[in-house]
Amino acid sequence: MTEQEDLEINDIASGSSLSKDAWIRLRKNRPALGGLIILTAFFAIALFTPWIAPYGYEVQDLNLGATGPSQDHWLGTDIFGRDLLTQIMYGGRISLSVGFLATIVALFIGVTWGSIAGFVGGRIDSVMMRLVDILYALPFMIFIILLMVVFGRNMLLLFLAIGAVEWLTMARIMRGQVQNLRQQEFVEAAVAIGLSRSVILVRHIIPNAIGPIIVYTTLTIPSVMLLEAFLSFLGLGIQPPETSWGLLIAYGAETMEEYPWLLLFPGFFLAVTLFSLNFLGDGLRDALDVRGAKD
Amino acid sequence: MIRFVVVRIFQALPVILAVITATFFLIRMAPGGPFDSEKAVMPEVKAALEAQYKLDRPILDQYFSYLADLGEGDFGPSFKYPGRSVNELIAAGMPVTAELGFYALIFAVIVGGLSGVIASLHPNTWRDHLPMTFAMIGICVPSFLLGPSLMLLFGVHLDWFPVSGWGDIPGDKVLPSITLGAAYAAYVSRLSRAGMLEVLSQDYIRTARAKGLSEWRVITQHALRGGLMPLVAFLGPAFAGLLSGSFVVETIFQVPGLGRFYVQAAFNRDYTMILGTTIFLSTLIVIFNLMSDVLAAWMNPRLRSELFNYD
Amino acid sequence: MIFFRQKIPIFSLAFSVILIASCDVGEGNVDSGNRLGILHYGNGSEPQGLDPHVVTGVPENHIVRALFEGLAVKNPYTLEPEPGVAERWIFSDDKRVITFFLNPNARWSNGDPVQASDYVWSWQRALDPAMGNQYSYMLFPVKNAESFAKGKISDFEKVGVKALDQRTLEVTLNEPTPYFIQLLDHYSTFAVHPPTIKKFGMSTDRYTKWTRAENIVGNGPFVMTEWKLNRRIVVKKSPTYWDRDKVGLNGVVFYPTENSVTEERMFRVGQLHYTAGVPLDKIPIYRDMENTPYVQAPYLGTYYYLLNTNKKPLNDVRVRQALSLSIDRDILTSTVLQGTAFPAYSITPPDTLGYYPPRLFGYDPDKAKELIAEAGYPDGKNWPGIEIIYNTSEAHRKIAVAIQQMWSSVLNIQVTLSNQEWKVYLDSVDQMEFDIARRGWIGDYVDPNNFLDLFISEGGNNSTGYANAVYDDLILKKSTKAADRESRYQIFYRAETMLMQAMPIIPIYTYTSKHLIHRSVKGLPSNLMDSLNLKYVWLEDLEKEDR
Repeated sequence: MTEQEDLEINDIASGSSLSKDAWIRLRKNRPALGGLIILTAFFAIALFTPWIAPYGYEVQDLNLGATGPSQDHWLGTDIFGRDLLTQIMYGGRISLSVGFLATIVALFIGVTWGSIAGFVGGRIDSVMMRLVDILYALPFMIFIILLMVVFGRNMLLLFLAIGAVEWLTMARIMRGQVQNLRQQEFVEAAVAIGLSRSVILVRHIIPNAIGPIIVYTTLTIPSVMLLEAFLSFLGLGIQPPETSWGLLIAYGAETMEEYPWLLLFPGFFLAVTLFSLNFLGDGLRDALDVRGAKD
Repeated sequence: MIRFVVVRIFQALPVILAVITATFFLIRMAPGGPFDSEKAVMPEVKAALEAQYKLDRPILDQYFSYLADLGEGDFGPSFKYPGRSVNELIAAGMPVTAELGFYALIFAVIVGGLSGVIASLHPNTWRDHLPMTFAMIGICVPSFLLGPSLMLLFGVHLDWFPVSGWGDIPGDKVLPSITLGAAYAAYVSRLSRAGMLEVLSQDYIRTARAKGLSEWRVITQHALRGGLMPLVAFLGPAFAGLLSGSFVVETIFQVPGLGRFYVQAAFNRDYTMILGTTIFLSTLIVIFNLMSDVLAAWMNPRLRSELFNYD
Repeated sequence: MIFFRQKIPIFSLAFSVILIASCDVGEGNVDSGNRLGILHYGNGSEPQGLDPHVVTGVPENHIVRALFEGLAVKNPYTLEPEPGVAERWIFSDDKRVITFFLNPNARWSNGDPVQASDYVWSWQRALDPAMGNQYSYMLFPVKNAESFAKGKISDFEKVGVKALDQRTLEVTLNEPTPYFIQLLDHYSTFAVHPPTIKKFGMSTDRYTKWTRAENIVGNGPFVMTEWKLNRRIVVKKSPTYWDRDKVGLNGVVFYPTENSVTEERMFRVGQLHYTAGVPLDKIPIYRDMENTPYVQAPYLGTYYYLLNTNKKPLNDVRVRQALSLSIDRDILTSTVLQGTAFPAYSITPPDTLGYYPPRLFGYDPDKAKELIAEAGYPDGKNWPGIEIIYNTSEAHRKIAVAIQQMWSSVLNIQVTLSNQEWKVYLDSVDQMEFDIARRGWIGDYVDPNNFLDLFISEGGNNSTGYANAVYDDLILKKSTKAADRESRYQIFYRAETMLMQAMPIIPIYTYTSKHLIHRSVKGLPSNLMDSLNLKYVWLEDLEKEDR
């Protein structure tokens, strides 16, 4: 894809009239608006955590140990006597940034790759999709281990590594959508009036495929957060005392009988994020639905 | 159609060869070798071990001799489990993981598909919100949490199912299958709902309704085909992905499957085992992606006609 | 459409399967095991193999020692050697020649007698460089064994082991080695059945099928009847074992219980008699139970941090001491480790066969601050920053997180943690690419030597850069020439004092063994080696008593 075509995609996403209409429609959708507000709030908290967190994130009180919610520690403490609320706030910074950045990476590569393959078809499609097959099959763990060893530990790298894996499914789904849409009357009509391929792709196909893409994106964000937890748990992700929601849940799951709050509170925040995302995703899909706009 | 499948199978060979080559050299780049252990190994011992497994030869030599053995269907001996060949380990683990994955996908398609379709037919009612809420929970409850929770509830407290094993005690397959299937069910449910909603707003569905077809026929004969498209694109890689995904479930429930080998081999630098499982996995991926493409074509009549004329 | 309609029967089918399956889980393993005399044993992980000259791990050890028996075995109550295949042995006056007299009733499981020549053959196999036996050094006290294993001599005749006749084995040692008899209970010194091995390949092949359930021939109290990969290994009482009347179990089932949380639950629902470990967070609950199945005992192992003494700032002994002095081991072991470990101030665990190591220091934050200031980092100023590496594990993470905070609060220095994947970690330690690395050492035999010879200059497990000729001399020369145990221990004490003053390692805690053991299991005492001899274990049928 050329740079110019890139710009055109951005036009769709941020262009004047379409996005204004979409915004008006989105505002009327209460669950979506609620989701947007909660997510914004979480992002704001994550951004200001170092200034507003009740404790330092590495402050321990070994004698205190794991205690339930109390006046001093609203959400309780972990086995090191560290304040759980503080942990969750700092964890949110990592989880939200990993979740969104990696997903954006995956979204961008996947949508571009999949729509080109699906739209162009033929040999190019075959080659592109076989490449996806190869990447699917490579042992992911070895790939991550190598990245960590060659480039050292680096948060940005973690986003890229996860994004580089998640785009594959995105590409397959997008390709399926595009193949399907390519056969539709309105695309055939666009071909008939002599619009260029890239214009058809960007103006007609991608906007029409946006529903499943948004849904899959809202699914990808939580799975990316959990993948990060899995990698960190195996020693391939972030380093303690840094933490993330996924890691807090993973450790909490091990002590769910003894210290349930260590599982429940981080789980609650992840779930709220997820539901917000989901409502926002549904709202966005409805708001951006070009066919809906035609009605 | 047949031509399409044949072409794809021919394309598969270079794909798998590329995977083998890339993996073979990638794993050699990872630090540490199969015989490193916490207690220092005497240099003489290490040399002897490397000689027994031909690791002392030049790497290209090793590569071609591996390919030659592979041509005869020999994946080589496992480094981690002396006395076991990789063929044997895969043969022992594969049926278990396949069975686990099969049950999990059945669970996912039945529970997820049904709830997704039902939700899409009644958007924004309780019949939509309820299954979707469960789907969201299914996605955000990872298997490393769901597994132990199910085990604790149904295994320890209610004592309905065994807490571990596979095919040893009646009922021990239930909890692992549900645990593995739950996340997929959630995806299936969300994707099928979205796909169905997309299709149900299309002109041809309105046409079908206008023609006076019953809602049942509209859905089963027209809507499902298009509506489940994104699902089909997802299921192919999903089944192949079960192999690596089942690692967590297999570890939690001590299921003797291939997923554990696949992940542990990477950590053990068990070169032959990594290659063996990767080749196996890539073959699966090729097959399932092919199947999902064929199924997609079958569900999309226009694409189907195009496939008969595939270049 | 077929696709849609078929769903319903599958769904109802699946549902009914679930219902049927849930009806009855049946009699638990523990109950049936108690009735039949079968022990259900959580073994930690799938054994890599069962060839005594190949394997290296603890789970392998448990199974191998059920299937094979050494010349002498450890008594699980006292850890003192007692007769195994050898019914008795005598030392020459200079303590360098040991003559073993084999029990005439000792039999291989196929009925062949166990002969002295089997030992000569097996030790040659164990030492053969081509075998790649990682524990061949267990036989190095034997004369010329080390040269043979390193390929310096190829004539096995020169190695100090000889079959005088079919029942008499003569072993010649390099030096008098007080702990040599203990080593005979280690699997790398076990005899294997030569005809069986030859039947399935070359004697030094690592990957033949001779250890399969249908092929294996052993000489231990049990014989293997089933080996299902990653599911279970089943052994039953051997009919040919010389001391079969003392064997209290009819059989043992070993489970590869890799996940300790799951293992604990298997124990709770009555699937296991014995667990390989206990999740740390469960321990307080079990400890408070009446008639608790939780059993904890001191274990011959030390958890410590390796310091890279070649690298700034750890090349300064004051920095190393300051780090060690600012760790509050009491609070670490009582909180983070839930009281499952003892604070350690030396590499050798206390009371290692009567040896008590020096204790030169304790928790002393004031002294630590002084030392770090003297070294040029007053209140953490100019501190270059150091990193602790450890391999992925919940326990290592917890310790590192706590110590990181102790150092930062006492010394005000910056410490980062780096959790590394296992092989990467091994590689980093091997290449000495670290500042501080976590390490643990579990004794191979009960003797201070096993811990102290880690830090000789050329030691393969030294990994600190510590090199001291006086220390080497004490360990390698003087201690072997000591006249008696007391003077030998005095030499060790001197060496360990030197070591702890130089502080190339920071000892943190001494291990304990932790198990859940069902109350029907008898004859399984705790000991320092966490060594059990399944021969002595029996099950009391509690149900029968209740009836």
